[in-house]
Amino acid sequence: MRDTSTAAPAFDELAPSSLTRIFGRMWNLRLGVIGGLIILGLILTAIFCPILAPSNPYQQDLVNRLKPPLWMKGSFEGHLLGTDHLGRDLLSRIMYGTRVSLVVGVCAVLIQVLIGVSLGLVAGYYGGKLDSVVSFLVNCMMGFPFILLAMSLVAVLGPSLENIIVALGFTGWPVFTRVTRIETFRLREREFVLAATAQAFSTARILSRHILPNLLPTLLVLGTVEVARAIIQESLLSFLGLGIKPPTPSWGTMLAEGRNYMLLQWWLAAFPGAAIFFSALGINLLGDALRDLIDPHLRKG
Amino acid sequence: MRAYIIRRLVQAIGVCLVVSMISFFLLFLNTDPALILLPPEAEMKDIETFKKQMGLDRPILIQYGDFLQKAVFHGDFGQSLVAKVPALQLIAERLPATLQLAVAVMIFVNLVSIPAGIISAVRRYSLADNLATFVALVGQAMPLYWFGIMLIIIFGVWLHWLPISGSGSLAHLVLPAITLGSWMLPINMRLVRSGMLDVLNQDYIRTARAKGLTERKVLIKHAFRNAAVPLITILGMQIGLLLGGAVVTETVFAWPGMGRLAVDSIRVGDYPVVQAVVVVFAFFVIIANLLADILAALIDPRIRLE
Repeated sequence: MRDTSTAAPAFDELAPSSLTRIFGRMWNLRLGVIGGLIILGLILTAIFCPILAPSNPYQQDLVNRLKPPLWMKGSFEGHLLGTDHLGRDLLSRIMYGTRVSLVVGVCAVLIQVLIGVSLGLVAGYYGGKLDSVVSFLVNCMMGFPFILLAMSLVAVLGPSLENIIVALGFTGWPVFTRVTRIETFRLREREFVLAATAQAFSTARILSRHILPNLLPTLLVLGTVEVARAIIQESLLSFLGLGIKPPTPSWGTMLAEGRNYMLLQWWLAAFPGAAIFFSALGINLLGDALRDLIDPHLRKG
Repeated sequence: MRAYIIRRLVQAIGVCLVVSMISFFLLFLNTDPALILLPPEAEMKDIETFKKQMGLDRPILIQYGDFLQKAVFHGDFGQSLVAKVPALQLIAERLPATLQLAVAVMIFVNLVSIPAGIISAVRRYSLADNLATFVALVGQAMPLYWFGIMLIIIFGVWLHWLPISGSGSLAHLVLPAITLGSWMLPINMRLVRSGMLDVLNQDYIRTARAKGLTERKVLIKHAFRNAAVPLITILGMQIGLLLGGAVVTETVFAWPGMGRLAVDSIRVGDYPVVQAVVVVFAFFVIIANLLADILAALIDPRIRLE
C-alpha cells in the first residue's frame, strides 16, 4: 500500500503544465501528419497500382505457388512478399486490394451520411412525433447485430462490390443520425437560427444554410473514422465469404484464403491483414488530429 | 423506477418485433426453402405442391403473422431446414458456449481495462499512460479476426502454448477471449481514465485524502465509483458488440457457439435458425442495456430513472 506522500506528486500532475499540453497537441498533430501520409500513399497506390505493382495480380504460376517472402529461405525472385496458393504475387494483389477497400469505404460512408444526416436533421429540427419515430428506428438498428444484418443483406442482394457498399451504407447510418440529431437539437435554440426563423426563411434553407454548416466539422471527423470502420467491415464480409468474390483482389478475401494456410504459410494471412490494419490506423490518426484541430472540446480524456 | 422499467420493457418488445420483421422480410426474399428441402431433381409441379403444403405460397404478411403467433405463444421459431430440429433447440445447444465466451471476455476486459485506466489517470502523461494511449490507438485499428489469426499463428503454431481452435478446456478459451476482448479494451480503458480524471481533483477526493485515507481507498472507493457509472453503461451497450464480435471470433476459432450457427445458417439459407438467432441476439442486447441502466442508477443515486 502506498502512503499519501508518494501519491502527492501524482496529484499535482493532474494540472499538467501548459508546456506538456502543447507538447501533447503537437504530438497528436504529428501523428495526424503520419496518418495523412498513410492515406495519401493508399490513394496513390489505388490510382497507380497498374504502374507500381511488380506483376499482374491475376497471373497464376502453379509451379511457384506458396513461395515465402524474399527474406526467407526458399523464396522466389521477383516476389517480395511471396506468392499465394495459385502462385500469384502477394504484393501486387495487396496493392490492387487498396482499390476495393477505398471505394467501398468512401462510398459506403457517403450513403451512411446521406441517410443518417437527413434523418438526424429532420428529427432534431422538428422534434415531437417525428423524432420519436426516428429514435425508435435508430434503437432498432442498434439492437440488430450489425454483422448479421449486413450478412443477410449481402446474401439477399448477392455478393458484389455495389451490393457490399449498399449493405454497409444501409446498416451503418444510425451513428450519423444520433450525432446530427443531438447537435441539431442544440443549434435549433441558438440565436442565429432563431433569427433565420424570424425572417421566415424556408425550413430547407435554415437546415442547409444555417444548421448543416455548423455540423460539418463534427461530421467530417466522424466520417473519417467511419471510413476506417467500413474498410474493416468490408474485409470482414469478404472474410466470411459474403464479400468480393475471388479472383478480384480484396484484403478480406485474401485473408480468408490465407487462413487455410496459416499453419505453414503465415505470410498469406499476415500481410493482407497488416494492410487493413495500417489503413485503418492511418485514417484514425488523421481523424484524431482533425478532431483536435477543429474542436479541442471533443477530445477524449 | 417501476414505471420506467415497464416502459423500457414495452419498448424492448417493440424493438424485438421490428427486428424480427426486418429479418423475416430479408430472409423471405433471400431463400426458397423448397429448393433446400426438396431433392434437386424435383419437378416444378412437386415444388408447387410442397409450397402449398408448407403455406409458402401465401402473402408474406400472412406468413409473418403466422410466424409471429407461433414464436410468441409457443416459443416455436420453426424447424431448422438443415438439421430438422426446432430452431430454438439448436440455439439452446449453442448458447452455453457463447455465454462462456462472453463471461470470459467480460472478466478479461475488466481485469485489464480498470487497473490500466486508473493507472493512466493517476500517472497522467507518464510512460504507462502513453503506453496505454498507444495500445488504445492500435487496438482501435486492429481488425478483430486478423488479430485472432495472428494470435493463433504466434501462440498456437509457433510457440505451441495454446490450442488453435475448438473448445473444451480453459486453455481453449484464452485466445478467443483475448481476441474478442481486444475490441472493447481500448474504449473501456479510455473511459475509466477520463472518468477518473473528471473526479480526481474534486473537493470530496481532497477531503478523503485529508481524512488520512490510504491512497488505494481514495482511488477505489471514492474516485473509481464515479468512473464506474459510464463504464457500466458502455458495458451494457457492448453486449451487442460482443455478440456481433462473437460471430467473427467463433468463426476464426471454430468455437461452437451461436455466432457460428448464425454464419453457417445464413450461408446455407436455413432461415428459421437465422431468424431465431437474430431475435435472441436482439433480446440479449436490450436486456443488457436495461440492466446496465438500472445498475448505474443503483450505484449512483443522482441518476433518476424516469
